[in-house]
Amino acid sequence: MTSTEAETQGRFNLKKSRSVRFTLIGVAGVFLLAITQELAKNPTSDITSSGTWSIAVAWSIPILMAGLGGIFSERAGVVNIGLEGMMIVGTWAGAVGTILVDPWFGLVLAAAAGALGGLIMAVATVSFQVDHIIAGVAINVLAVATRYGSDLFFPSHGGSITQSPTLTAPASFDVPLLGTMFRSIEDKEWLFFSDLAGILGGFVIHTTWFTLFLIALVPFSTWLLWKTAFGLRLRSAGEHPVAADSLGVNVYKYKYYGVVISGALAGVGGGFLSVVLTGIYKEGQTVGKGFIGLATMLFGNYHPVGTAGGALLFGFAETLRLRDPAAPHGLILGIAIVLGLALLYYIIKRNWKRVTVVGRTRLRLR
Amino acid sequence: MITRIKYTLAAPAIALLAAVIFSSVVLLATGVSPIEAFSNMAEYGSRGVTLVAVLNRSIPFFISGIAVAIGFKMNLFNIGVEGQYILAAIVAAKVGSSVDLPAPLQITLILVTAMTVGALWSGLAGVMKTSRGVHEVISTIMLNAIAVAGVTAFLLRRWSVDGGSQSLETKLPEISESGWFPVLFTVDNGRVGLSSFIFVAIVVGVVFHFFVERTRWGYDLRATGISATSAESSGVNPKRTVILAMVLSGAIAGLVGMSELLTFEHNYNLRFVQGIGFTGIAVALLGRNNLAGIAVSAFVFAWLDVASGVLEVRGDAPRAVVGLMTGVVILAAVIAYAVMERKRAEEELRTASEAIEEVST
Repeated sequence: MTSTEAETQGRFNLKKSRSVRFTLIGVAGVFLLAITQELAKNPTSDITSSGTWSIAVAWSIPILMAGLGGIFSERAGVVNIGLEGMMIVGTWAGAVGTILVDPWFGLVLAAAAGALGGLIMAVATVSFQVDHIIAGVAINVLAVATRYGSDLFFPSHGGSITQSPTLTAPASFDVPLLGTMFRSIEDKEWLFFSDLAGILGGFVIHTTWFTLFLIALVPFSTWLLWKTAFGLRLRSAGEHPVAADSLGVNVYKYKYYGVVISGALAGVGGGFLSVVLTGIYKEGQTVGKGFIGLATMLFGNYHPVGTAGGALLFGFAETLRLRDPAAPHGLILGIAIVLGLALLYYIIKRNWKRVTVVGRTRLRLR
Repeated sequence: MITRIKYTLAAPAIALLAAVIFSSVVLLATGVSPIEAFSNMAEYGSRGVTLVAVLNRSIPFFISGIAVAIGFKMNLFNIGVEGQYILAAIVAAKVGSSVDLPAPLQITLILVTAMTVGALWSGLAGVMKTSRGVHEVISTIMLNAIAVAGVTAFLLRRWSVDGGSQSLETKLPEISESGWFPVLFTVDNGRVGLSSFIFVAIVVGVVFHFFVERTRWGYDLRATGISATSAESSGVNPKRTVILAMVLSGAIAGLVGMSELLTFEHNYNLRFVQGIGFTGIAVALLGRNNLAGIAVSAFVFAWLDVASGVLEVRGDAPRAVVGLMTGVVILAAVIAYAVMERKRAEEELRTASEAIEEVST
């Protein structure tokens, strides 16, 4: 009893301090952007406009999904390098589903395809105890074979071997009330508040049901992992399998759940990329978003909210590249990656113990 | 000893068999006769011309496999071979085209440049690991992105002959002729020739084997791989070993692109071959990190790669089926190795206990 109480207490404190910290970081970030915008006073570099941020939010979704996927698998004790591959399969399945039925079916098919990748990963790592990283790399190589599927499917449906035909884009809309409210505040051009409204407006202006639904997965996964018996069992299977087993948790089953959910999330992220964001499937269009998702997961310290912040950072970097073609593209992305890396080892260093507990895998290669 | 050999050979055999069965099923399901497809591949793949092309292909695969294997020997996973060799190739091409020395000096200069660039780039990941504890898998993946999409793209524009126009013909100036590797002999009326870089690959392989199996540093490497803690308590400096492994792996990775660059392309251009770093991981995995294994698996992957061309030419099946096979081979191989390893341990335990029983009775 006492231990449970202590745990509840500890969890409560930790969570409280964490949300305070996140809010502070968020406010500081907005302020920084507001000042930059004010100093630049350049109509083309609208870094806090709702237009820019709605693109940033949309582009952060695939990364966020990969990151969330990483959390589920990592919390269940499996390091999932295969996210990239599951995402690739998702982009393909999403396009196929959209052509066959509609975008909703496309995303469902993407999730199913990603989950299948997760299942293969789970069979290899959990049942056969193959090294996690090696199995993940194998999944990534295997995913390249979606080319075979493209070859069979797309040419007969108006595309080519490497890309699909243009997909019917899902309708976009402004969320009523919130959308108009943020827009009107944004137009006032008050320092900080208008900037904040612009950024928040990015979440509700020019959005799609898919975007809103997938953003809702962030609070949902937080709830699922920390407030339900399922989440507790899943985390215990990753954190201390022996203890979990002694308390009657079917460790293998929960590891399977974690990795399969992880694959489904990465698959949806891929599907979103091809169906909603770009409206076309192209070979190699994920360009390492699965790996970036893995990095944002570390950035967010294995927590959905922090991961969402990291994903938004990368989404924003991507937007700058898309909106301002004059900017040296690679460099901006490079800087974002370097920043991500710097933060990454700061976090790893600080929470080394936690990290090693969660990601307890030893490379066994010989 | 015999059990050991039995289990070592069983795993790759199972993996290849699984790949053939699985891709046959896929081919059948999509209405292609697998027997016809495979026999066409076999027929085309056993011709002299093809074999020379396969050998040329296996040179970079082999070197890349060795580079990855050095890391694997001490449980370090250098996914960054991809970025290291591409970056090394573009810098080496620049150096090679800027100076014109007598052949031995020119070649040495180019190769040393490539090795240094590769070593520095992978050394970064090593330093990050030892000083900050960043997992090398994450850092090398990121360094790949920076090297390929960032630095190389920037350098290509900066150093290209036509001063940064974004055409498909963007390339660096040609390397001085003294830096070229000749072809040993040609087949098919001079259309295909075997690169003499194969000798460099052989030297790399032999040095790798000697270094890992016969030197103190190699011993440190292997000891750290088996048990980091016991190696450390017996006096191995873990940080130095990590850096050493990463730097060596990167140096060899630098040589991966050289065969293509110095024998055939003679300049760095947009079409420069990519993806060999990732194939190297597969080669090292299938080859179990030892010299003979890597050589054989490099040849197998190169053969699949080259011989698959015939499928497309004849319209039997999409070439991508080979990608499928490669994936299945790797996945099946790692699973089979894991299972075999456990089986072997069990059998060893059983024979040992039987021996003890015999002695005691």
